[in-house]
Amino acid sequence: MTHFSAFSLLKNALGGHKNWDKQWPDSEPKSEYDVIIVGAGGHGLGAAYYLAKEHGITNVAVIEKGWLGGGNTGRNTTIIRSNYLYDESAGLFDHALDLWQNLSRELNYNIMYSNRGVMMLAHNVHDVQSFKRHIHANRLNGVDNQWLTKEEAKEYCPPLNISPDARYPVMGAALQKRAGTARHDAVAWGYARQAAMRGVDIIQNCPVTAIRRGPDGVVEGVETARGFIKAKKVAVSAAGHTSVLMDSAGIRMPLESYPLQALVSEPVKPIFPCVVMSNTVHAYISQSDKGELVIGSGTDQYTSYSQRGGLPLIEHTVAAICEVFPIFNRMRMLRKWGGIVDVTPDRSAILGKTPAKGLYVNCGWGTGGFKATPGAAHVLAWTVAKDEPHKLNAPFTLERFRTGRLIDEAAAAAVAH
Amino acid sequence: MLLIHCPYCDETLPEPEFAYAGEAHIDRPADPQQLSDEEWRDFLFIRTNAKGPHYERWRHINGCARFFNAVRDTVSDKFLTTYKAGEARPDLAKLLEGQK
Ligand SMILES: Cc1cc2nc3c(=O)[nH]c(=O)nc-3n(C[C@H](O)[C@H](O)[C@H](O)COP(=O)(O)OP(=O)(O)OC[C@H]3O[C@@H](n4cnc5c(N)ncnc54)[C@H](O)[C@@H]3O)c2cc1C
Ligand SMILES: [Zn+2]
Repeated sequence: MTHFSAFSLLKNALGGHKNWDKQWPDSEPKSEYDVIIVGAGGHGLGAAYYLAKEHGITNVAVIEKGWLGGGNTGRNTTIIRSNYLYDESAGLFDHALDLWQNLSRELNYNIMYSNRGVMMLAHNVHDVQSFKRHIHANRLNGVDNQWLTKEEAKEYCPPLNISPDARYPVMGAALQKRAGTARHDAVAWGYARQAAMRGVDIIQNCPVTAIRRGPDGVVEGVETARGFIKAKKVAVSAAGHTSVLMDSAGIRMPLESYPLQALVSEPVKPIFPCVVMSNTVHAYISQSDKGELVIGSGTDQYTSYSQRGGLPLIEHTVAAICEVFPIFNRMRMLRKWGGIVDVTPDRSAILGKTPAKGLYVNCGWGTGGFKATPGAAHVLAWTVAKDEPHKLNAPFTLERFRTGRLIDEAAAAAVAH
Repeated sequence: MLLIHCPYCDETLPEPEFAYAGEAHIDRPADPQQLSDEEWRDFLFIRTNAKGPHYERWRHINGCARFFNAVRDTVSDKFLTTYKAGEARPDLAKLLEGQK
């Protein structure tokens, strides 16, 4: 496969861009693998890459029911940050944030990681107090996050209206400068290309219909639309469809699947320099490199697998954005879409072993797992390769819902994905 | 937008009148002292998360404010039926037959 560089770009430009190699082959399934990963999102593809690169395990297939990156990886609003409240979350998300910094170079693929900063607006005394507490907690964990006065916030994000007459006055903001955005598709493509280069099979358009366990309960492989495929180990990384798959292995999950929607405006010239969230007014906004305003908020209220969601939520989201940024109230929206996100009762992920030997699960990332992609993929590969969790994902067990040792980020995360 | 039939008001109304209230027919433990950790986990946290017909609770929050139950297909988001709280689970086979 071609190494991407200024030189290869120039060479192919001269050839009219007709001679680029395929980035990865569309593999047919073999009859047996050491590891099968179900779900070719960023997490699954990344795990395949780290299995091959860091653990020398290359007899691996990533099996995807649609096209790779077509799930939540290709549907999210790409906010990356690590300023979570609890020690466990801060550890895992900050590990991911470290990996993001150098990922383009590592994958030889421009994932367009941009440290543009993520700002959370404080609109009332409660916001101010809880954000300040949050910032101190982050600092104790070595996670960057800083308090801005409203004037400083305006300086960082000029479209902000800090007038005291605003419907929801801005009293200050928390800013994580190292946070930002990345090109979501490129993350899936970059990992897919590097994994395939190391011998991983990426099998698309092949739904896994069930996970097969032997009489002793040990995993034997997966049933698919193209027949049974044997595997020593199976890792499920299927976001909104995880509980359906785990049910087939006889394991009931503490998960509910909700539609999460987002929308983009028509493209305009650069106006919006960072990501801004308002948990209180309940929406967030950034501007993509193409010029579209990227807008989102919380999930729909009901569980669903429809990848669609309802219009009342879109109305609510756009109304919230217009309250905070009246300058955008005449922008036209181009399109909206939905993804199905898997939500746990404590709003933290489940990443580790399961009661079935040889079966691993990575799920529960809900509305906010894009930012975790490199970190989750990295520790999932570790867990599968060594049959024991990495210290960063050790607290994120399925067991915690029995022991009560929850990682209760619910209040900390709110609308902020 | 979902149109939802409130079995108390006997009217079909738009989604913003209603609040979703999670899976239906999950009974509170009769004798909580006797529950094992596994049973607590199942009661508190494990959900069916059905892909297809799903028994669920809704509340007519901006109307009569009462809780009622529904069967909704989570793939199409289409309601198969709604019924009053306390009524037995409707028979799925019959409901699906009625849809044909
Ligand atoms: C609208 C929206 C906005 C979001 N915004 C953000 C954000 O700003 N920041 C952030 O950090 N996170 C955000 N998220 C969440 C984020 O997208 C997800 O947490 C993350 O992408 C999950 O990655 P994944 O690889 O686990 O899942 P996915 O990319 O969904 O991959 C799972 C794959 O499994 C496949 N699959 C499912 N069932 C089967 C089967 N039976 N057989 C084979 N394959 C199967 C699916 O087709 C899918 O491709 C957002 C999500 C949405 C929907
Ligand atoms: Zn009513």
